[in-house]
Formats: sequence, structure tokens, C-alpha cells
Amino acid sequence: MEIKFSEDTLAVANKIIARYPEGKQKSALIPLLHLAQAEFEGWLSPEAMDYVASLLHIKPIEAYEVASFYSMFNLKPVGKCLIEVCRTSSCWLRGSNEIVEHIEKKLGIKEGETTTDGMFTLKTVECLGSCGTAPMMMIGAQYHENLTYEKVDKVLEQCKTDGSRKTYLDKVVIDKY
Amino acid sequence: MGKKLLLEHDHVPGIQGYEVYRQHGGYQSVEKAVKTMSPEAIVEEVKKSGLRGRGGAGFPTGMKWSFLAKPEGVARYLVCNADESEPGTFKDRYLMSRIPHLLVEGMITSSFALGVNTAFIYIRGEYYYIVRILENAIAEAYANGFLGKNILGSGYNLDLHVQVGAGAYICGEETALLESLEGKRGNPRIKPPFPAIAGLYGCPTVVNNVETIAAVVPIVNQGGDAYAQIGIGKSAGTKLISASGHINKPGVYEIEMGITVEDFIYSDEYCGGIKNGKKLKAVVAGGSSVPILPADKILTLANGEKRLMSYESLSDGGFGGGTMLGSGGFIVMDETTSIVENLFTFARFYHHESCGQCSPCREGTAWMEKILHKIMDGHGTLADIDLLWEIQAKIEGNTICPLGDAAAWPVASAIRHFRSEFEEYVSNPKSVKVVRHYDAMQNA
Ligand SMILES: Cc1cc2nc3c(=O)[nH]c(=O)nc-3n(C[C@H](O)[C@H](O)[C@H](O)COP(=O)(O)O)c2cc1C
Ligand code: SF4
Ligand code: FES
Repeated sequence: MEIKFSEDTLAVANKIIARYPEGKQKSALIPLLHLAQAEFEGWLSPEAMDYVASLLHIKPIEAYEVASFYSMFNLKPVGKCLIEVCRTSSCWLRGSNEIVEHIEKKLGIKEGETTTDGMFTLKTVECLGSCGTAPMMMIGAQYHENLTYEKVDKVLEQCKTDGSRKTYLDKVVIDKY
Repeated sequence: MGKKLLLEHDHVPGIQGYEVYRQHGGYQSVEKAVKTMSPEAIVEEVKKSGLRGRGGAGFPTGMKWSFLAKPEGVARYLVCNADESEPGTFKDRYLMSRIPHLLVEGMITSSFALGVNTAFIYIRGEYYYIVRILENAIAEAYANGFLGKNILGSGYNLDLHVQVGAGAYICGEETALLESLEGKRGNPRIKPPFPAIAGLYGCPTVVNNVETIAAVVPIVNQGGDAYAQIGIGKSAGTKLISASGHINKPGVYEIEMGITVEDFIYSDEYCGGIKNGKKLKAVVAGGSSVPILPADKILTLANGEKRLMSYESLSDGGFGGGTMLGSGGFIVMDETTSIVENLFTFARFYHHESCGQCSPCREGTAWMEKILHKIMDGHGTLADIDLLWEIQAKIEGNTICPLGDAAAWPVASAIRHFRSEFEEYVSNPKSVKVVRHYDAMQNA
């Protein structure tokens, strides 16, 4: 696959770049890495990061060092649905450990792994600001809150039927830019 | 019912949209500010109001604003801190998603007061769905002449942008946030210089929390004096509290500062008491970074009086017997809670979120997590408890940013108030069902 934004995405990228004062275009790096991750199968390959760096006229290392710092950037391929279960205090108090175990059993994978069909990757993450509706998980930009086993099963089932890749940055947000 | 200044209209259908928001008094503060007030007069009102930063540190907002350097011909910036990653805190998320125009309005009025022509809302990447809501609100504000060039014919110009982060608690620290906004890793800067002198792109910058900015709206509308009347003493105004854990009604509550902690936990207007009729064991009152307190100490002061929900009352007793209001992330634990395991989730969090610049924080947080892991796994010794104590003491005060302290305090307070529980784990090794250690998940 050639690493290059579609015309529409490139237009969005240019709009974002234009927000910042002259000479401060590097500020667009994180937003552009998000765009790249959304467009290039949910992860940032070295080629994808090089491409973003070229758009901003910065050195590739500047993109790598940023991409590797932030936990939302995946530097390895992930399943179409990246399941991120919050594991911090408020969620833990309301059973997040059990939710993770349930998903592990259900999908036959351990935390950090991807199902063989490439559909799901399971990850635990730190507090997502949903502590009042704990336990919770995030898939793409969607929060799933007040989880029960039944609710989890339903969401996973829907993901499977739908089959599409879930990204943080979806079409609706991109259109807003 | 307590007084509401920020969430008065949060349940009005359609309040997310401009029309309904406007019908409920929205954008009056902008009209009042740009048509009838000078920037200096607004700063003065904010000073009078006694408003203190709602991001955690409680620094007086008016004073922070008056520190902003104003060299001729240099741009100034206002950056709203919507990174909200302190465990137990979800009030900014609630405010932004429920009543997004309130933040946009606050940004405009505050920017005018500070002489800012470009402002940013830096929001954590996980809140992408809120970006959508904010972008809508901002587009509506532009369309109605509240943003852009010559706002309401006043000659004042302002552009407002939403900037997303990408998952890093440390980017809530204001200088790390600015680094991130400049397209870099979120490594906190050494202060001074403070952002008020050299912030975004080296220019004078004010960083304020979402709730702080929102509070500017009622302050400008009603006047600083009226705002100062609400609340108690130096804890002026209302505060959004994120309540979670073992309570009947978790959620975001706007309280008038000065109600009792007991009332907040047990009354039906707020948390509605402990879930399943259990007993209260402990509370983390202001987000994961503040000291945990056992039930008796969170409900009553050393002198026997009831503890109040205010900056002063919560910190009464110092670090030995008090805590802090912090971000208002109020986590309640019932009698069945293992303090050791809860602390482990915090220790793992700080280890995961340390930016790694300072060795006491980078090494110390990793070490504390490891020791707690060992204790929970049934292999701990009494010496490990002392070692934990020693490590936290050596992190505190020895780092570039307060994340180091924030990692130390929960450990110190848990051992201080619940040492016997740690000893119990050591002398009667339990087999904890699942121990998810940070290192084990590096591959994810
Ligand atoms: C590790 C760390 C994380 C922080 N996270 C946040 C945050 O998520 N939101 C916030 O408003 N302030 C956060 N702060 C405080 C900010 O540095 C800063 O004090 C605050 O945004 C100032 O706004 P205020 O004066 O309106 O409170 C954090 C501080 C530290 C040390
Ligand atoms: S205290 Fe921790 S998070 Fe803060 S600068 Fe040092 S290493 Fe980074
Ligand atoms: S602790 Fe899980 S969302 Fe906050």
C-alpha cells in the first residue's frame, strides 16, 4: 500500500497545519499522527510517520519520538477493534479486573494479544474519565460504560457483525475540521 | 438544593446547541465584556471573586491573570487545560459534553480580559467524541459573531482551536501540555520561567482548567463580589465534584463549597450513601494524587467538628491527618476494599505515566509498583513496607514537576493510615486473583 493521504484527508491536514502561527507548524504533529493512524489501518508504521514528518518538513526522528511517547499511538498493527479497558481505581473498585478476565475468556486471548482473525486486540489502560460510570471500556472513540458481562458480550457481537475498523478519529470528526 | 452556577441548565433539552443556550442567558458575559468593560476591569472582577484554579492546585485565578506579561508586539495565548486524566476525575468531560457553549463562552470572555487573539482548548485524545461536540459549538459561535474578526462589532478578534492530545496523563501538567501543543513529547519544563512569562512558543501564556474558565462566565455576569459571597471563606463559589466508587449515585455534582463531607456522601441530593448498605472505609477526596483518609478522619476534624467540602477544611490536619480538595475527584471505598490493592492501581498508574526525565520519579514509581506487586503476590516482607515508605519520601520534593509528589503521597498516606493492612498481606500471604503488572503489558 502506498503511504499517502487521500485528497480529502490531505485537505484536512492542510487546514490543521494552517491553524498555527508561521513557523510553528510542528504543532500539527499530534493531530496529523491521529489522522495517519485513522487512515492507515489503525497503527503508525515507520513509513506512515516518515510521511507525516515530510508534510511538516520535520525530521522523521521528531515524529518517532512523539509517536512513541503517547499511548494512543500504536507502533504495531492492532485488530480492527482495539478494546481498551480501564484498570484504574474507580473501575477496579467496580469490577474491571473481572471484565478483563471475561473478555480474555470470551476471545481466547490474553491482555496485549490480538485474535487470530485480526478482529480484536485487548489492552488495559489508565483512567479514561469515566469513573462515575465504571467499569468501562473504549473501542475506537466510543465509550462503553456501566459494563456488565452481558453488555460486553453485546458490544463485541456488534463489532464482529459490523466488521469495520474502529478508530479514534472517525469520519464525523474529520468532516468537522 | 444547593446553588448552581455552571450546571444550572445542564438538563435543558437542546442546551448543546447555540439557540437554546442563548435563550438561557448564554453569551451574555461576552456581550457585557466586549461592550461595557475594559480587560483590566474583568481581571479585577475575577480577583474579587476569589476564584481559585479548579485544575488541582487551587491557585487564585485573578492573581495568575495579573502575572501575565504584556510586552509590546508579542502574541499572548490562553490555553484551556482539558486534559483531565487524574484518576477519579470526570467533571470537565461532563461539562464539555453537556454544555459545551459554556466553555466556549468562558474562553471568549477570558481571552478578551487577557488580550489574547488566539486561544486553544487542549483536550485529551480519548475525548475525541467531545472534540466533535466542541467543534460544533465553536462553529456556531463563529457563525453568530462571537468568534473571529471584530466580535460583536467591538474590534476585538479571537480564534479558538481545539487541540487533541494522544494519551499521556503528564500532559495535564501545564508545561508538559505546552510542549505537547508545540508538537513534542510531554516532558515538563523546568520552572521558572513560568508560562505567564514564557509559555506557548515562548510567549506569555495563561493555562487554566475547563471549570475555572467556565466559572468566569457567572463571575462576569454577576460581579466578583456576588461570586465571593457563595461558598465559605477562601473557598469561594461552587465546585464540581466527580463522585465514584462504592456509592449509590456516582456522578458529577455541583456543590456550594462548605457543605459537610458527611452530607455529600450520605444525602440523597449527592452520593446517596454507600452501596449495598455497607460501611464507609476510606475516601480519596481530590483525585488519585491526594492522601487517602480513613472514614473517621474524612468525616471529622481532629477537634471533633465535621469536615467540610472546601480547600481549607479538607487540608485541615496537614499531611498527617488531612488531605486536599485537588481536582475534586471523590473516590469512595466501602469496608470490603483492599487498600493495598487500590494503592497498587495508583502506583501502576504513576509508573505508567511518569515521563522519565527525573530519576527519583522514573525509578521510584517503577520500584514502588514492583514492591506492591510483590506484597500482593504474597511474597512481601515487613522490610518491604519500610522500603516503600523510604522510596516515597525520597521522591517527594526532588523532581521537576509535581507528578513525583503525586506518586508519593498516596503511598505515604496509605501506609500511614492503614499500615496494619500491609502487615496482614505480609504475614498472611493472600493469593490475589489477578495482578496485572505494568511491565507485562508493554507489548500492547
Ligand atoms: C501531573 C499533573 C497532571 C495535571 N493534570 C491536570 C489536568 O488534567 N487538568 C488540569 O486542569 N490541570 C492539571 N494539572 C494542573 C496544571 O498543571 C495547572 O496547574 C492547571 O491547569 C492550572 O489551571 P487552574 O489554575 O485553572 O487550575 C496537572 C498537574 C500535574 C502536576
Ligand atoms: S517528576 Fe516524573 S513526570 Fe514530572 S518531570 Fe520528573 S520524571 Fe517527568
Ligand atoms: S478509573 Fe476507570 S475511568 Fe476513571
